[in-house]
Amino acid sequence: MLLIKCPWCGDRDEHEFSYGGEAHIVRPRDPEKLTDDQWADYLFMRKNPKGAHLERWVHAHGCRRWFNVERDTVTHAITAVYKMNEKPPRSSKT
Amino acid sequence: MSQQTYRLAVGGHIDRTRPLSFDFNGKRYGGYVGDTLASALLANGVHLVGRSYKYHRPRGVLSAGSEEPNALVQHGTGGATDPNFRATQVELYDELVAASQNCWPSVSFDLGAVNSLFSRVLPAGFYYKTFMWPKAFWKYYEYVIRRAAGLGRAPDAPDPAYYDNMHVHCEVLVVGGGVTGLAAALSAARADARVILADEQCEFGGGLLGAGEQIDGMSTDEWVAQAVAELASMKQVTLLPRSTVIGYFDHNFLTIAERIQDHLGPMGTPDKARQRLWKVRAKQVVLATGAHERPMVFKNNDRPGIMLASAAQTYVNRFAVKPGNNVVFFTNNDSAYGAALTLAEAGIKVAAVLDVRAQPTGRLATKVRDRGIEILGRHAIAAAMGKKRVSAVEVMMLNESADRLIGTARKIACDLVCMSAGWSPAVHLFSQSRGKLKYDANRSCFVPGDSVQAERSAGAANGTFSLAACIVEGHEAGLAAATDAGYNKNASVPKAPVRQEIEEAPVDPLWLVPAKAGEHTNKHFVDFQNDVTAADVVLAAREGYRSVEHLKRYTTMGMGTDQGKTSNVNALAIFGQVLGSDIPDVGTTTFRPPYTPVTFGVLVGRDVGELADPVRRTPMHQWHESKGAKFEDVGQWRRPWYYPLPGESMQDAVNRECLATRKAIGILDASTLGKIDIRGPHAAEFLDRIYTNGWKKLAIGRCRYGVMCGEDGMVFDDGVTARLGENHYWMTTTTGNAARVLAWLEEWLQTEWPELKVYCNSMTEHWATASVAGPLARKLVAKLTSDIDFDPDNFPFMSCREGAVAGIPARVFRISFTGELSFEINVRSSCGRALWNTLMTVGEQYGITPFGTEAMHVLRAEKGFIIAGQETDGTVTPIDLGLEPMVSKRKDFIGKRSLSRPDTQREDRKQLVGLLPVDAREVLPEGSQIVEKVDDKPPVPMIGHVTSSYYSAYLERSIALALIKRGRSRHGETVQVPLEDKVVPAKISAPQFYDPEGVRING
Repeated sequence: MLLIKCPWCGDRDEHEFSYGGEAHIVRPRDPEKLTDDQWADYLFMRKNPKGAHLERWVHAHGCRRWFNVERDTVTHAITAVYKMNEKPPRSSKT
Repeated sequence: MSQQTYRLAVGGHIDRTRPLSFDFNGKRYGGYVGDTLASALLANGVHLVGRSYKYHRPRGVLSAGSEEPNALVQHGTGGATDPNFRATQVELYDELVAASQNCWPSVSFDLGAVNSLFSRVLPAGFYYKTFMWPKAFWKYYEYVIRRAAGLGRAPDAPDPAYYDNMHVHCEVLVVGGGVTGLAAALSAARADARVILADEQCEFGGGLLGAGEQIDGMSTDEWVAQAVAELASMKQVTLLPRSTVIGYFDHNFLTIAERIQDHLGPMGTPDKARQRLWKVRAKQVVLATGAHERPMVFKNNDRPGIMLASAAQTYVNRFAVKPGNNVVFFTNNDSAYGAALTLAEAGIKVAAVLDVRAQPTGRLATKVRDRGIEILGRHAIAAAMGKKRVSAVEVMMLNESADRLIGTARKIACDLVCMSAGWSPAVHLFSQSRGKLKYDANRSCFVPGDSVQAERSAGAANGTFSLAACIVEGHEAGLAAATDAGYNKNASVPKAPVRQEIEEAPVDPLWLVPAKAGEHTNKHFVDFQNDVTAADVVLAAREGYRSVEHLKRYTTMGMGTDQGKTSNVNALAIFGQVLGSDIPDVGTTTFRPPYTPVTFGVLVGRDVGELADPVRRTPMHQWHESKGAKFEDVGQWRRPWYYPLPGESMQDAVNRECLATRKAIGILDASTLGKIDIRGPHAAEFLDRIYTNGWKKLAIGRCRYGVMCGEDGMVFDDGVTARLGENHYWMTTTTGNAARVLAWLEEWLQTEWPELKVYCNSMTEHWATASVAGPLARKLVAKLTSDIDFDPDNFPFMSCREGAVAGIPARVFRISFTGELSFEINVRSSCGRALWNTLMTVGEQYGITPFGTEAMHVLRAEKGFIIAGQETDGTVTPIDLGLEPMVSKRKDFIGKRSLSRPDTQREDRKQLVGLLPVDAREVLPEGSQIVEKVDDKPPVPMIGHVTSSYYSAYLERSIALALIKRGRSRHGETVQVPLEDKVVPAKISAPQFYDPEGVRING
């Protein structure tokens, strides 16, 4: 049961949040110009690293705000929490 | 009532002034406050308490704690009964009722024991090997096996008790209230940290409760009392006796199952919870969970009267019970000598102490020898005799490498055998915290390795077995935990207590007593609860199993309710011996929560009955109820399903409601539809991106139907959205999807398009909605309204107006889900019932008829209107539904690019069609599979399925909607719908059965 620090509300139990998958996947500006493969890459392909993972969470049962988290997929340690418009921490390889 | 003939006259923690009586297997016995069921039974000389799971062998009490594998009982009666309670943990209360498990007709004469005669043909994997064939017979085998197998019975009545859940935070959670845990709690609390000390027993002290030792010149009882008194006086300390820490999860989240009043029995306080689950987020955790003594593995080591040495010592010291009159000890370490001294002092005859080690030289051993007790070095029990109670042991010498019994056997009579094969630290929670174990060869046990979470193990849980060292380690751990949590860096650890240190000789592991020449180890029990013998472990190795996880599943070793607390290490050591591997290479199986079994009740807490899931009711709910409506659950909403008149069947009622709406006027409570208020200068742009169709040209006061897709191009939801003002829209969603749509909008606004100034709010509960539909609808609403012009030219289809309906401020939408002329009247929720009442009263002259969701479904299906989630299932595009005109070619929207992927362009995609059974009375079951033709042999390719199916009273025939491959090009063709008992032919049609030109919306 993770303890997640919402950037607006502080430390809260995982129960209050919903997971939103990999972070920093930008929707293509002009999807019609993409090949099928490029579109499929945006649509389906996700990283599955062993270690640091940048991912999105939403404080669904709290302030309902989205934010980013850097979480280690092995230890579940959360090493950074940052807002949607902020850059990932420099430690991250992503 | 039977006498407590094995009760000692003095000593123990029992209260002799408070006698109790209880019922076990229908017989009355006496005990005292302070007893457990196990100690009270032993006081009455009852050792036979149950039968084993597979062979139904007689079994007695093995331990004195939560690790007990044998003494499982059915506790209590009726709805309050609990299966698989460990007699060693059940505190005695007056009039307690308990019974043995796994036996029929009685524990003493058990028919299932016939299995034991066949034990040679019931080895490990027997079920896998035997009941595999013929495959179709498994259901019969399973029936018999399930009845023969057993453990306890689930209650067959509602549980009269209630349970609580509770969330807490603390700086230091100390698990285990033995000497180590008490010391840790004291040090952490003295540093001012908030401390929770949880222990599974009813009193603190842990292993000290059974040991008769001295600390700082005090008796252990005095030392514990002093520590507990100090802790109780500190407000930052929460003491939780009768509380088992059952799980250790991520980020130092632990759960504690507290048994608040189990010990009071059914006489407990009814206004208090029976049990409570504490959900603790601890900054630091100290694991002082102690250790479990291991049994020796020899022939018939499972006979009643054979128990762990420390357990026997506990029964004497803590419960003042003599577990027997004539005892033989069998050990490989020094701790059993302490037990031997305790038993001897209690007047029990110690016939002999057998030690695996050649020359037991420890100080305790010397004391035992000095008492004149015979110590037999390098000796083992070759076999135990007796059936329902041990009567003697056969003793033989071990050869030097301890893999063979040598010499002549000697028989020693006894009624009690105390065994100790060394100690296994209770590393379960450490392991659950994802810490890796390491094997300590000197101490012959697994100990915690490096910590992964903010946690430290101390005392016996850490492989530290001496009392003085445990106290020191406890204090250090408690202080370090408090310091790491940011508390009082100046506090110091009290100096080590003065205690006569007892020199101990090292343990000499003997994992398996070899079988006598010509015999097998198939009566050498490793896992008592699941009847796994050493022979089973050997067999698994011989059959090629190499992983301990496979060993576990093949033999079922460690899979009982005790999870192998007393058996796992023995099993994997024997496995290692057979494989020629070292114990660390064999490794352990995974430890999983809960540490000991818990009730479902304590996990569920208050979330039962009405509180299991909230029920949402509309403002008109009471009216529906008063009219005898039948309700349907839609998400959490309770919606009127149909309104039967006296004597009407469901079909009668739905037919009447449909016809009234088609011919006169019907009224539907549509308050549950999701309503989202969308505002902001970029709202139109936002809707353009969300919906497949265009929104920028929608005029104020007009409505539009929209379909939204996921980025994969699959339909996600649909509904009508109205433009109320320049930058103000009103979106409606499917009832069950309202929250998901709002979350979807928020996700895109926050994560992808933060530059859009758009604000979304849920309005679902704020507005009540009455939908009046039918050719007379206009007459009714016009009669109730003066400030809205209902002239069809001034209030056209797909538009909205604001005004007062029945004197109530309202938003009126002229939209239609039935195909009839209809108006959706939205008023503030508080006025919903008033609006409804007026509509019903004034509507009477027009024959207004309330209709429920079933009639609504029929009416919309007649028109071919889809319901998201019924016609769609996440694999259906708007094109598949025939909504191509609604899919914009000019602009981008979520999912658009996916509609040109090869998969969504496939020609054989399933498409929405109508389906008319050839027999007009035949209503197809929804979900029916559709095939081209029924072949004699499989495979019969499926070409589609029925998504909606009803009887249409208006059309006087059955109708259905279906998704069929290439369906749109197949109108007029006949397909087959195979049902359980027949095959129904049906004709494909366009998915509109009623008024395809759409003229009825004008009334």
